[in-house]
Amino acid sequence: MNPLSLAPQPLSEAGTLLVCVLVLMVPLAIAGLALLNTGLGRSRSAAQSMLGSICILAVAAISYFAFGYAWEGYAGLPQHTVSIAGKPWGWLATGPFFLHGLPLDGSPASLAALLQIFGVALAALIPWGSGADRLRLRAGCLSTVLFAGLVYPLFAHWVWGGGWLAQLGANYGLGRGFADAAGAGTLQVLGGLTALTIVWIAGPRYGKFERGQQPAVFPGHHIVFVLLGSMLMLAGWIGLNGAGALLFAGIAPGTIVLVAVNTVLCASGSLLTAFFVTHYRFGKPDASLSANGWVAGLAASSAICASVTPAAALLIGMMLGGAIPLLTETLELRCGIDDPTGGISMHAGGGLWGLFALGFMGRFGVPVLGQLLAQLAGIATLLGFVLPLAYALNWLLNKLVAFHSGGEGERAGMDMYELGAGAYPEFVIYADEFLPR
Amino acid sequence: MKFTGFLLLLMGWFLVLAAIILLPRQGSRAAFMLAGIAVELLGLVLVTRTYMLENEVSQ
Repeated sequence: MNPLSLAPQPLSEAGTLLVCVLVLMVPLAIAGLALLNTGLGRSRSAAQSMLGSICILAVAAISYFAFGYAWEGYAGLPQHTVSIAGKPWGWLATGPFFLHGLPLDGSPASLAALLQIFGVALAALIPWGSGADRLRLRAGCLSTVLFAGLVYPLFAHWVWGGGWLAQLGANYGLGRGFADAAGAGTLQVLGGLTALTIVWIAGPRYGKFERGQQPAVFPGHHIVFVLLGSMLMLAGWIGLNGAGALLFAGIAPGTIVLVAVNTVLCASGSLLTAFFVTHYRFGKPDASLSANGWVAGLAASSAICASVTPAAALLIGMMLGGAIPLLTETLELRCGIDDPTGGISMHAGGGLWGLFALGFMGRFGVPVLGQLLAQLAGIATLLGFVLPLAYALNWLLNKLVAFHSGGEGERAGMDMYELGAGAYPEFVIYADEFLPR
Repeated sequence: MKFTGFLLLLMGWFLVLAAIILLPRQGSRAAFMLAGIAVELLGLVLVTRTYMLENEVSQ
């Protein structure tokens, strides 16, 4: 064990109050993502989707409380280290389980725990959305236990708990170390890559990919949910980015204005570019792909919110928004990824772009190459370590609890199959894709 | 094939770690880190291709 020298600055009374308010805005992002996921799924799976969102929130919160925080820790708290070539590499925190001994009194460590209870629930909803219309509820919940209790704390410790990625600057001269103020990597990319593993393991929905045919289109059932959810997510994201930047990047409370402006500009640039790209490609703007652009912009903003100029945030968002419709299309048409919500492209794609862009546009007062290499090290860790780990864990889990509900679940709808009642019992509002046309 | 793809992902990450630990100069470190990420992308492509073959997804 090695107590770290990366102890965070204590917060003033006003700073503590500000963080409290910002953290309590984060559940709006959870509600928004749940609405977006449900709206982009089928109407006959809507109740299962919303119930699953609440269950996943609950499972994530309990898992993180029980052992997630113990393994993640906080900068300045004790951790396990290994010495490699004379340099300490912190890899796991050594805190007690069940938040034992953590004074819940507004200290930075306690506020970080509260923020991450919500943050990890938000990230856990990403795979739930990507597995929509076929992922069983119990499989989603058990997968969340692994995510919130093991995969997330491990990587989050490396970034936010004073682990080796955070120490790359001090140990190897790589800028300020891997920077991720509000969870573009720890929440968004982690959630997006876990979603990819879920889709790989569960497979596509029946009828999505038929030999020799274009992939079938299963449109979302409620675009108003999708767009309302997207707007709610903005409020939640300002809370997430603001609280994250105060707690993990050590910004001054006044800088929260820059964080909010960058968050809005990045998302706005991304939305409008996605809007115009889809307008150009399809003749009319596509609402769901535009919403994907918006959320991808929010995901990218989590990396850059505290460290770039507003103009740079807008530019980063615009570049991302142009790419998101193409990435979503490529994943579906070229890679056979059946992701009803586009969660993989918007969260993993947006988060990765934000982390990379921060490397060359971030204002850290250090040489650009060093910071860029630190960001690449974090990205390489997400792809090369976290993705295989999440796949292995979910693959084993799938052997115990089958992820895919099978044909009956899809035909009857996940509502009837798992809950025995539909979300809209008085209306028949969908055309059955399984009927011959 | 899928196992090989995930192995490539891990090997690429090890290449990045090795570059950070063993190479003191930023230029050579950057080159090896990019090579590591390229290996990871190769692994990602391999896993995706295997998934498509398993699910008989036609392009």
